[in-house]
Amino acid sequence: MLAFLSSQPVQTALIVGTCAALVSALIGVFTVLRGNAFAGHALADVSSAGGAASFLLGISPLLGFLGMAWIAAFGMEFLGVRKARERDLATGVVLGAGLGLSALFLYLDVTTTSTTGATVSVMFGSLFAISRGLIWPAILAVLAVFSLVGVFYRPLILTAVDPDLATLRGVSPRWMGLLQLLVLGLAVAVCALAIGAVLATALLIGPAGAAIRLSRRPGQAIVWAMLFALAAVWVGIWMAYESYYWFSGNAWPVSFFVVVLIFVFYVLAMLGSAQHRKLRRGAATALPGLQES
Amino acid sequence: MTNQRAILAVADLSVDLGGRSILRDVSFNLYPGQLCALIGENGAGKTTLLRTLLGLISQRAGTVLIDGEVPRKHRALVGYVPQKITFDPDLPLRTRDLVRLGLDGHHLGLPLWNSRTDAAVDAALQAVGAEDFADRRVGELSGGQQQRAVIAHALVRKPRLLILDEPLANLDFGSANALVDLLGKLIAQQQMTVLVTAHDMNPLIPVMDRLVYLVDGRAATGTVAEVVQPEVLSKLYGYPVSVLRHGGRILVLPDAPENADVANLNRCAGH
Repeated sequence: MLAFLSSQPVQTALIVGTCAALVSALIGVFTVLRGNAFAGHALADVSSAGGAASFLLGISPLLGFLGMAWIAAFGMEFLGVRKARERDLATGVVLGAGLGLSALFLYLDVTTTSTTGATVSVMFGSLFAISRGLIWPAILAVLAVFSLVGVFYRPLILTAVDPDLATLRGVSPRWMGLLQLLVLGLAVAVCALAIGAVLATALLIGPAGAAIRLSRRPGQAIVWAMLFALAAVWVGIWMAYESYYWFSGNAWPVSFFVVVLIFVFYVLAMLGSAQHRKLRRGAATALPGLQES
Repeated sequence: MTNQRAILAVADLSVDLGGRSILRDVSFNLYPGQLCALIGENGAGKTTLLRTLLGLISQRAGTVLIDGEVPRKHRALVGYVPQKITFDPDLPLRTRDLVRLGLDGHHLGLPLWNSRTDAAVDAALQAVGAEDFADRRVGELSGGQQQRAVIAHALVRKPRLLILDEPLANLDFGSANALVDLLGKLIAQQQMTVLVTAHDMNPLIPVMDRLVYLVDGRAATGTVAEVVQPEVLSKLYGYPVSVLRHGGRILVLPDAPENADVANLNRCAGH
């Protein structure tokens, strides 16, 4: 354990992974509440084009992911589609175009620069290979997300519950939507850096989806989501580190372990909440009988 | 009563949406403590009228005054219960939380515990009889219970005018009667003024003081006795209609065409 914690790549991985877990859990709950899971997934995928472009431009990959996530977010918002089916269509079209760009940039990365492994690290992440210089930018992104959500917590929840009710309280659903996309972009960038653009969705949606089934209050859901996300990231990093010894010198990717753990948590939460509901229904039907006797 | 200031004054209101004329020259006043029913078929302009009263749509002509001011300035005076909110069963939000959002959902910062807020939320829950499901998720409640939860959300800021859009539309007879009783109680106990839309006026007849009858964007207003008359409604519809009264219930029907033969009528009835 001591060797694990004193290794510098592990320390960086733990810090960046913790950042990713915290922001994704927080934003994930709002994304799932708003029924925006697909848009969140699309943003994460499209951000891969930014990650890929960052190698070509020689900028920080965090900025690359963030830039592209924001471009895609505002693109989707300005397509301004209100019906759910059309929104899915618009999202799908933006997603396709973004991944196309990503294919081009990754091809250029591999052929014109000396970045071998760009494809894997952009798409699927390489947490142990993150440069230490990215720790502070990641922490800043987390602080920005937490302060924005802290300030606009109640208007964001009211808008997620019903946009009309929000309007009547003087809260503009349009502005709240933009704010949410802004922080979603930040969260996506940190997650994409940690476990890759394609797998960022898992961290964004999985813990929040599991938490929502177990909670009766938004704050409670956020705390559960954070616990799930932190457990998945920390245990995932540890397992990947140990897997070096399990598979005789061939360590498996961190992202794989993180994603599998999230999946397991989600399934357990589903089974748990289904069981809970069955018990409650059982109690509800048993009660009248008891009163009669 | 008429020497009081109208809580809601609508004068010569015309509203266009997307280039189409939706409301034309609608006028009516609503005084404190009254229940007014806004009756009309789907597409008659009921929801547009409500959204204009709430300041969500602006009018082409005419005025809307809420306690003498334009709607935007008097948001706190008006509580609104939308037609249908679908709450996902998994939505992590208790009835109590939904009600609290009605009080401080527009405030910045985190929702900290506060005994005054708690007391206001409890009072609103009690006013609609929602204490029993206050701690359950709104998504798990029945349609009637969800509606009570949303009414409590609207009531918690103690509005003087409560506006409900089609509150009876998705309810069974029992829940509909319970809701009508609740509205009567709110008016009696909290001096509330209530505006309700419905396509069937019958469930509301026992409690309504006034009625605005909307047909294709134009309105006839007054008491039931004044408005629900063949002459008034025929003029409004633009073709002859009859008003049938039976056991306190009212049915408005278009007159049969004069040249319609019995066989034709039978065929229509069969379909």
